[in-house]
Amino acid sequence: MGRKFSRILIALLIALQVSVSWAEEPLQEQTTPTQPITENSEGATGIPTPTLQNILDRLTSRSFDEKEAAIRELANQDNPRVIALLNALMNRELVHNRKDNSIVLGSKKDGQWELRDPETTQLIGQVDSRAARPVIINNRLRTVINNQLALAALNDPESDVRYRAANQLIGNDDPEMLTALASRRAQEADPRVAVQIDTALNIAALRSDDLSTRLSAIDTLAGNLHPDVKNAFNERLRVTQHPTEKKALEKAIARIEARIERFQTADTVFFGLSLGSVLLLAAIGLAITFGVMGVINMAHGELIMLGAYTTYVVQQLLPTSHEWSLLIAIPAAFLVSAFVGILIERFVIRFLYGRPLETLLATFGVSLILQQAVRVIFSPLNRTVITPEWMSGALEINPVFSLTYNRLYIIFFALAVFLALLTLLKKTRLGLQVRAVSQNRATARSLGIRSERVNALTFGLGSGIAGVAGVALAQLTNVGPNLGQSYIIDSFMVVVFGGVGNLWGTLTAAFSLGIANKLLEPMAGAVLAKIVVLVFIILFIQRKPRGLFPQRGRAAEE
Amino acid sequence: MRDSTFKSAFSDRAAKTFMGVLFGATLLVTILNQLFPADSALHVSAYTVTLLGKYLCYALLALALDLVWGYCGILSLGHGAFFALGGYAMGMYLMRQIGDRGVYGNPDLPDFMVFLNWSELPWYWQGFDQFWFAALMILLVPGLLAFVFGWLAFRSRVTGVYLSIITQALTYALMLAFFRNELGFGGNNGLTDFKDLLGFSLQSDTTRVGLLMATAVALAGAFVLCRWITGSKLGRVVLAVRDAESRARFVGYRTEHYKLWIFTLSAILAGIAGALYVPQVGIINPGEFSPLNSIELVVWVAVGGRATLYGAVIGAILVNYGKTVFTGIMPEAWLFALGGLFVAVTVFLPHGLVGLVSENWEKIKARLNRNNKPSGSAGPAEGDLS
Repeated sequence: MGRKFSRILIALLIALQVSVSWAEEPLQEQTTPTQPITENSEGATGIPTPTLQNILDRLTSRSFDEKEAAIRELANQDNPRVIALLNALMNRELVHNRKDNSIVLGSKKDGQWELRDPETTQLIGQVDSRAARPVIINNRLRTVINNQLALAALNDPESDVRYRAANQLIGNDDPEMLTALASRRAQEADPRVAVQIDTALNIAALRSDDLSTRLSAIDTLAGNLHPDVKNAFNERLRVTQHPTEKKALEKAIARIEARIERFQTADTVFFGLSLGSVLLLAAIGLAITFGVMGVINMAHGELIMLGAYTTYVVQQLLPTSHEWSLLIAIPAAFLVSAFVGILIERFVIRFLYGRPLETLLATFGVSLILQQAVRVIFSPLNRTVITPEWMSGALEINPVFSLTYNRLYIIFFALAVFLALLTLLKKTRLGLQVRAVSQNRATARSLGIRSERVNALTFGLGSGIAGVAGVALAQLTNVGPNLGQSYIIDSFMVVVFGGVGNLWGTLTAAFSLGIANKLLEPMAGAVLAKIVVLVFIILFIQRKPRGLFPQRGRAAEE
Repeated sequence: MRDSTFKSAFSDRAAKTFMGVLFGATLLVTILNQLFPADSALHVSAYTVTLLGKYLCYALLALALDLVWGYCGILSLGHGAFFALGGYAMGMYLMRQIGDRGVYGNPDLPDFMVFLNWSELPWYWQGFDQFWFAALMILLVPGLLAFVFGWLAFRSRVTGVYLSIITQALTYALMLAFFRNELGFGGNNGLTDFKDLLGFSLQSDTTRVGLLMATAVALAGAFVLCRWITGSKLGRVVLAVRDAESRARFVGYRTEHYKLWIFTLSAILAGIAGALYVPQVGIINPGEFSPLNSIELVVWVAVGGRATLYGAVIGAILVNYGKTVFTGIMPEAWLFALGGLFVAVTVFLPHGLVGLVSENWEKIKARLNRNNKPSGSAGPAEGDLS
């Protein structure tokens, strides 16, 4: 357990380091003719120009074999333009200029070809769309190009580029590739890349003629989760005659399958935690208004929805800065929802203290009004909130198990909000007053606590947290007028299941319901899982009407 | 003793007025629809007949809720579920009556089952081609669900808000379940395309009028039944349970039995309302289970006034009439109006419209200068009903 945890931690650190460099990655791939001029001067130094152009011109041939030979030769050139040219070939941007029968870079512009010199990327001129056509490649050539690109990338200074290059070469048994991999392995410093290269080399070794080489390859690969490893094992199992090898293969495959199953369970648990954190965020505000104040706020879901719409509006107001607009959206959503919450408390709930059923009805009315208001203002259609770069993508632990960043962040965020709230209630003066008023209003008042003000603030706090939950939810689902409605019953279930007035109970209930839901899903399907959980809670409340962690003492007797 | 006879006299008077208005309106609509030709100015269209029938079904449903909420203090946010179950039972019967007149012309299976490639009728559809069986199910299914649910809930003393929320979860879970095709109730589309009921075509005006009359009779019957129950000794105990459950228990009453009995009866009434509703609107789908429907129902009762029975009927008809009018003129405003109604009624009109009238009865009387009996205290009990 401890080892796995530390491995995850290390992976996390590496991923954080790497994710920075990923942001620049796409630029390298899309090397288009409109590249900055600075590269020209570099590209032209010291290389005999005619050679490159000569190789390229061989691509005018109709024979794919000839083209393949040309591509291989091109890849072997020690020229910084090679990668850009191979990419251009893949993207159909290397064109055959019929006028002088040469190969140049070309891009379509207003129905014409804009031709550029392949080496200097200088503009040659524009020709009619029929005067040139892209070099045709087939799937075989695409594989060759990809392999050549990967081979080139294998020596890239960025370890992440190398990692993906090695990954691409797994399963390849071209001797040229294997030599390149082996020579790279000797000088590879990054352990992640080294593991990938080892996998590639060992898969190739499975096809070796020497039994002991094969056996040791099987031994090293056992438990490796790369999909190609399992395929290679199965393939080998069909071919081999040797009983020892057969046994070793079967054992290795069983081990891989067991590991895959374990990681799939981990994946389900992760999704359960993610659902749990969403439930926690949605329910924790309710735990305050319902649990601490005893007020049933059916408009709670709509306060979440307001938070989500605030996120949307903030993004619309700051169209250029999606990366950090979330940081503004969180306090903004808190303030908007808290403000609306205080209005609800002042104008509706204040008159209904001590009459929970009436409060339930009145706040339900408020929720209808808020929903309809949003429908009128923003249209009934869903709005999409753009996920910032740093929240998209996934932390890949291994090929079968990866953690998506947005869910990961939301889990941490939910816990942070929970801790902040807990601290607020236990350590601050306001928290003390809130607890005092919730335990015994009359005594609290006689001790000089302004209970009216405390009520309004508490309600504002619970509502504000609903708004913050909305910010998180906007990252996971579409923002629409019904967003809140779909969470309100679930959040009530969480609060009631955990025990009213107990924040820790809410935490436990949220995560256990989240995980239970996700564990049931593969067995019963999403809807049925939800029904099963609902029925379970209904039955549970019958057994323990006060939830998992009931309040004790006089306060519970209300 | 004198006081109670006085009150019951007043009550009888109220009941008589209620019945008079109900049957008067129904008969009037019937006569106007049947005896006057379609081009006459006095003719009432079949649409209006059905609309009135629908309102009366809602009224019956509201009456059922008033019985548990107004008199027993159980705020059920899941009464729509019993209504929908009754409706589904009736829908299944109507579905079987289609026979081979469906789109696929299959004499054994309803259209949606043919569509889903089912080869035979599921066991729970057996018997629904008989009206008596369907009628029995209309009473039994909601009744049994309420009985089991209530037995579990009341025995473990789940009360107040908790009960409200789990009833809401109940109807929500049922809604999710009925949305599934695999359950065999038509999934998303529900049951529709009905042809006839007991051999009468559902399209004909006569059947519509007949259904309206049947609904009126059912409503009147339920009203009398509820009136009788609330006036009986049992009704007194139920009131005691509402106002001080612990005391009633300490005095020696098994409060959970009383609650269970009232809850089950109310669910059966709701089921009947649903069963009468379905042939009139011609469709039943899982949307009827939605928590919003159940909670809307609560506001009908709240608007009319709790614990009066006729208040619930008045509330249901008024709010639904408002809904029809509003959604016709400006559909966007309806939810604002409904939401506002929720807030306004709970904050300003805790006893509903009936309460408003009876509290101000003296003033109104003076103003109208009519010679009428004073209103006594027939309104809902003072204090909180939570």
